[in-house]
Amino acid sequence: MRISPTWLREFVALDVDNVRLAEDLTHAGIAVEGFIGEGDAVLFEMEITTNRVDAMNHYGVARECSAIYNLELQPIIPKLPKLIQPESFPIEILDPALCARYTARAIRDVRIEKAPRYIAERLLIEAHHGINNVADSTNYALMEMGHPTHAFDLDLLEGGKIVVRPAVHGEKLKTLDGIERQLHPGDLVIADAVKPVALAGIMGGWDTMITPNTRNILIESAWFDPATVRRTARRHSMHTDASHRFERGADWGATTLACDRVTELVLETAGGKLAGYNDAVARKVSHEPIQLERSELRRILGQEIPEPDVTRILRRLGFELTETRASSNGAPEEGVRLALLQPPDAYTVEIPSWRMDVEREIDVIEEVARVYGFNNFANTLPSFSGGVVELPHALPESKTRTRLLALGYDEAVSPTFISTDDAQRFSSSEAVALENPLSEEAPLLRNSLVPGMLNLLAWNFNREATDVRLFEMGNVFSMSSERVEQRKLACFAATGSVGEKGVQLPSRSTDFFDLKGDAEAILNTFEKQSLQFTTPASGYFHPGRSATVVLNGETVGELGQLHPDLAAERKFKQEVWIAQLDLDRLFAVPLREPRYQRLSRYPSVERDFSLLLDNHVSYERLRTAIEGLRIPELESIEPQELFRGAGVPEGKYSLLLHLVFQSSERTLRDDEVSGWSRQVIAAVQGLGGSLRG
Amino acid sequence: MYIVPKLEDFSASALDAAARDLKSALQSESAAIASEADWKVLRDRWMARKNGVLTLLNDQWLKAAPTPAKREVGQRVNEVKKIVEEQIDAALARVSSTVSASRLEQERVDITLPGNRRKLGIEHPLIRTMNEIVGVFKAMGYSVAEGPEVETDYYNFESLNFPPNHPARDTQDTLMIKGQQGKPLRERLLLRTHTSPVQIRAMEKQPPPIRIVVPGRVHRADTADATHSPIFHQVEGLAVDTNITFCDLKGTLDQAAKAMFGSSVRTRFYPSFFPFTEPSADMQISCFKCGGSGRLKGERCGMCKASGWIEILGSGMVDPNVYGFVDYDPKKYSGFAFGMGVERIAILKYGIDDIQLFYQGDVRFLRQFA
Ligand SMILES: [Zn+2]
Repeated sequence: MRISPTWLREFVALDVDNVRLAEDLTHAGIAVEGFIGEGDAVLFEMEITTNRVDAMNHYGVARECSAIYNLELQPIIPKLPKLIQPESFPIEILDPALCARYTARAIRDVRIEKAPRYIAERLLIEAHHGINNVADSTNYALMEMGHPTHAFDLDLLEGGKIVVRPAVHGEKLKTLDGIERQLHPGDLVIADAVKPVALAGIMGGWDTMITPNTRNILIESAWFDPATVRRTARRHSMHTDASHRFERGADWGATTLACDRVTELVLETAGGKLAGYNDAVARKVSHEPIQLERSELRRILGQEIPEPDVTRILRRLGFELTETRASSNGAPEEGVRLALLQPPDAYTVEIPSWRMDVEREIDVIEEVARVYGFNNFANTLPSFSGGVVELPHALPESKTRTRLLALGYDEAVSPTFISTDDAQRFSSSEAVALENPLSEEAPLLRNSLVPGMLNLLAWNFNREATDVRLFEMGNVFSMSSERVEQRKLACFAATGSVGEKGVQLPSRSTDFFDLKGDAEAILNTFEKQSLQFTTPASGYFHPGRSATVVLNGETVGELGQLHPDLAAERKFKQEVWIAQLDLDRLFAVPLREPRYQRLSRYPSVERDFSLLLDNHVSYERLRTAIEGLRIPELESIEPQELFRGAGVPEGKYSLLLHLVFQSSERTLRDDEVSGWSRQVIAAVQGLGGSLRG
Repeated sequence: MYIVPKLEDFSASALDAAARDLKSALQSESAAIASEADWKVLRDRWMARKNGVLTLLNDQWLKAAPTPAKREVGQRVNEVKKIVEEQIDAALARVSSTVSASRLEQERVDITLPGNRRKLGIEHPLIRTMNEIVGVFKAMGYSVAEGPEVETDYYNFESLNFPPNHPARDTQDTLMIKGQQGKPLRERLLLRTHTSPVQIRAMEKQPPPIRIVVPGRVHRADTADATHSPIFHQVEGLAVDTNITFCDLKGTLDQAAKAMFGSSVRTRFYPSFFPFTEPSADMQISCFKCGGSGRLKGERCGMCKASGWIEILGSGMVDPNVYGFVDYDPKKYSGFAFGMGVERIAILKYGIDDIQLFYQGDVRFLRQFA
């Protein structure tokens, strides 16, 4: 919406320039977003909040100016000739809830032609190029005082009456935009005795519009129920200047004034003579007076506003105030004297009919505060007691994130929406679908972070970045018995070369053990009784290079290489290693509590075993077998070198195993260590392995 | 050159004499070395397992000694061993400090080559900004709260004083979950359009006083382009207690702005409209780029479009209708709420020109925030 400051100045004698005016209006909540044009022709581009329909016109903004600068507001008083021989023109309102008031005037013998310049120019403010003098008069009045009106060709209204009623099933109406609309029983229409002639508060009908042949007209100025107008406008995908205002609550009290103002303009520009008038009031729309306590002003705003400012602001905005005082036990004369000394305790505030948004004391307080100026209030800090409570998982979450960062993963944020294919491929849960997705390609909420991660990797590959390590912590969604379940996951992916970069360092590609090591580094933050990597993992992984992660008996995630078929499908030319952890489950495990153990004063003894093992004997089995010996002095088992091929028989592998023995109580004896070594070798042999010669 | 003598006499005095000879030989031999290479020869001559002087001592003195003298001889040999080890060590220290010049030159590295780069992960600028904002309010006594991203109409709209069929809902293009039409309006599921539902959830859970800060992801049905995204992040705040005023709202947000953008920024407030606050206020800060002058080196400041001010957040006093939904007494309690877009703040802070960069995971972008 645009406002011409020149037009405003016709209603209030402003003595500020337009720049200052725009700033002051904005600070009172009537936001001027920008300027269009220059000098006297300058226009304000307005951004009026949805609750302030009363300020979506020049007179309404002028009223704001009158409050801000404490100036007189010139009233709009249409001058109409006396109606000599009133024709009767019945108006029937079937449902007072839907139409509270319908004011109409009939004018006969008009000449339909172009509107004069002074009207056409004002319409150009909103870039309206004009239709004819009657239609333009209604638009002029809308821009001037904000009440939507409509003009019918009186001769095309059949049966000599107006009926405001819900549409009947099967009825049709061709609206002014030329579209034939199938009406719904919930639509409110204006009808004559026979047919609907307008969609109430939204748009007039095609068949009864003003044409160059029109001689007699009927001007409508009504008040329609906001919710009804909104529902109908939405149902027919319509949004008009009229519906915009009626939806937000028009001025019930302004129907006669608007009707008269349009009539005045029509008589001025199209001639003719007054023929009929009817103001049908089905019900009154108004708010009860509101009690405004001065103490409440102070309680909410935190600062005393001088009494004269409170009354001046409200009265200029059109509120009527009656002062009330609590103490009235003295003689009347004494009350008068008191009144001179101290401000009243409260006011009874009458709400003007154009302020449908003011219903409660707090609404009145806001009026006072915004015109008084928010920046005239002090900055203070509330006093608080009590401590800061963190989210239950704040610490594990922050530790996990810090570790991922320390392990060299860059943090990413990926979109929430994924495709149907991806939802099926990367999760077994039922994905949540959107009713109105932004794109048909991604109509579901993510049920896994993996597809989003793969898209981020693809984005990088397409931009020649091949060494990429990314992680994301975010929510995924699934449908479970009509409810949406939200879980927090972490996903991290590594691809390309690994580790440090430097002139003397060899470059090496990421492999399974890099990913597994990173996963272990994260899981080691938690209180761990057991940690197992088991097979199989989900089908989107390479079946031989993936694992399910089981912590303390509970599955907490999966990791491995993206299946080469899927990688090929996405045109990835390199191996992609990806892990996903269920943080809700992981964070249910307490963080690891550090435990101190006295350092042993006795030397440790190290023993290396060069073993030959069958390929089907996993390291896990070997380790379990050795741990199964329950040698308390066995401090650590560490696999150091593994190789197959040259010198190793087919179907076998060689493993160099490093064992450390230590006691906290004594120096170990050679014979003890030899005994344990023999036990270890026996355990290896139990697995079909042997010591290499 | 010292040669280990074969001993005939194992008396104490003979042993003393032999040890003395050995020590003086060691002294002169170790004094004669001049380089690390010399030292290695010396060390091997005296300490090598095979045919080193110490080994020969073992063979020719200890093993050759008659049983009664073995103890005495063993003690002497151990003493001598210790001395030899010390002397050899000392000799190394001497040559390596005197001969170092040439060796140090050989060991010189090109210190202008880059250091070995161990890759460190980089925080995402959005999460980093979000954590910074949350941190500011935590330091001011706010607890952290969170809520679900899929919400009901009740929490996202109704309880925040957006009545059904109200035009205020038009400002929030909502992504709806499929298959909800059969349910009553308030139970229908949607992607929350703001973090404000967490205000309601928090107030339902606890009586006043309450002060929370709420970070989170939200969605709107906006088509993605350089300035719009259907996904974005917000930080919401709420403080309700007895005697919380509009002046407190201003002071709190002014202090937070100074913590976030520097102590020299100024703030100003002007009226706005949100269904769940009244009065509602938008806050601007003085432009941290041009200091609020609107001009930068004689040019128009692009950051604030020459206005000197930048809009940062929306706020307001909690609307009494909202208290009605959570059973707080509006005559007893008052409070304020505020909310800000994390993307917007990160964009302003870092001068980012395309919001989509946040969601692409482009490492060239992310690494700028190292
Ligand atoms: Zn600036």
